[in-house]
Amino acid sequence: MKSRRGPVLLGTYYFGLIVLLYLPIALLFLFSVNSSAFLSFPIKQLTLDWYQKLFDADAVLRSARNSLVVALGSSLAATTLGTMVSILMLRYKFRGQNLLIALSVLPLIVPYVVLGVALLILFSVLHIDRSLWTVGIAHTVVALPYTLLIIASRFAGMDAGIEEAAMDLGADYPTTLRRVVLPLIFPAMVSAWLTAFTVSFDEFALALFLAGTQPTFPVYLFSQLRFANRLPIMIALAVLLMIGTLTLVLVAERFRRREV
Amino acid sequence: MTSSTPTLPSPKSNSFGGGILKGWKGRGWDRRATFWLIYLPPLFCLFVFLVMPVLLMAAFSFRPDMRGDLFRTWIPTLDQYASLVATGSYWRLLGISTLTALGIAISAVLLAYPLAYFLAFYAGARAGFYLILLLVPFWTSYLLRIMAWKILLGTEGVINSFLIYAGLIQEPLTALLYNRTAVVLTLVYVWLPFAALPILAALQRIDPALFEAAADLGARPAYQFARITLPLSLPGVFAAFFMVFIPTIGEYVTPLLVGGSRGFLYGNIIQDFFTKAANWPLGSALSMIMLAATLILVVLATRLIDLRQLFE
Repeated sequence: MKSRRGPVLLGTYYFGLIVLLYLPIALLFLFSVNSSAFLSFPIKQLTLDWYQKLFDADAVLRSARNSLVVALGSSLAATTLGTMVSILMLRYKFRGQNLLIALSVLPLIVPYVVLGVALLILFSVLHIDRSLWTVGIAHTVVALPYTLLIIASRFAGMDAGIEEAAMDLGADYPTTLRRVVLPLIFPAMVSAWLTAFTVSFDEFALALFLAGTQPTFPVYLFSQLRFANRLPIMIALAVLLMIGTLTLVLVAERFRRREV
Repeated sequence: MTSSTPTLPSPKSNSFGGGILKGWKGRGWDRRATFWLIYLPPLFCLFVFLVMPVLLMAAFSFRPDMRGDLFRTWIPTLDQYASLVATGSYWRLLGISTLTALGIAISAVLLAYPLAYFLAFYAGARAGFYLILLLVPFWTSYLLRIMAWKILLGTEGVINSFLIYAGLIQEPLTALLYNRTAVVLTLVYVWLPFAALPILAALQRIDPALFEAAADLGARPAYQFARITLPLSLPGVFAAFFMVFIPTIGEYVTPLLVGGSRGFLYGNIIQDFFTKAANWPLGSALSMIMLAATLILVVLATRLIDLRQLFE
């Protein structure tokens, strides 16, 4: 056998780095149960007060609700569009096809600050007031590449013969899509939807430009950073939301990996 | 043929399994109707919310000033670009931002490589679980992770108060937060788990028989790594590099939170011109430069990565 020094060294490095990665997050947890508004050593007393106060903090909860609404709407829109582009990409051949695909994945590489200001210009020129709608539109655009890639990779592995069989048996194409294709790619659609949801829910760089008087949670969190005594409440909610998002991501992973 | 008109099927494609789905079948009214039904919504959305904003931004970058109505005609001028070229500090900041992103991407890749190596070759059956363990921090809220670093590094933060508590220092260190080092540290932290993914994928693709063959021929582990593992994992390394580098150049949130005025990056001046300074034409010109720089990098990246994959 080879020497065992390499694996041990690498394993130590791996788990050492894992600990370092979790340390800041663990500190936030600590911060949310710390009695003082400043996290400084030694820690004096642990408390769940911040979590309790959270439920009286209307503005905080409203911002969380805004984030939820935006994430729900934009993730549904992005999944629908992603499904459409996947079908166009893999089941049709037309002029401008590559351009459409390129445009769909473009938001992945356009810097958010550039997309944010570009959309800000668009909405200002059109005299559309900034609202949850404008944030939702931006999030739909940036989530589209993710939903497209997730759904198309699943779709690509699917035998077109199944659809041809359905059509040979007399089904028209809409029926074939509805009864054959959509059920088969459904797990990928769920995974895409969950991914789009978490992309939107956490998004800050675009929302800062496009949220008007109704801030999403990250935007509200950012506006409250100046007030140190509000911080523990915000972090308490952030911790709760983080647990929610994490659950969603893990569920999405399960769906993505599920076999046909 | 006009643009985006579906092509007619060739005669031979009407046989079963011959890819009839790519064209029309029979009269194909249902295929054609479906086409327009699923073609128009994405086309509309992408045109109105992606192409138009960028075109408008381009138009604004040729606008002389902000006077008058937002939606009016103006005589295109290169004034903004001229003042941009004349102001050395913009270029300096673009250079600094690129170098910072470069440093962050290289650090993240170097730190992530051993992680991926461990997962690919030594983690065994638990690799899936260990990978999830690595990715959980990446899936936690982005803003929250950056805030964690603010709490860690601040003057009343964890590191300072711990050092004072331990009696190592009397006065809090102010050099920890609000500078470029804090930005680099935070962003390497943010991207590190993500960078391991493409490297891992590349390592997993290597045929184990190659190692056996090399060992049979007497190659030592270090030599095997240099001649087999490293070259074959390079596509993953390049992918990881660009996956960190490209979003980092446009970064403005992390500098805002932990960078302070000394840690400003190029993205921050764009944000400033659209919020505080309200000079949209100049901000648009700066954005156009950033967009062009990013697109050039992406083209470069696809060249580099595709080129490598030819040798796989």
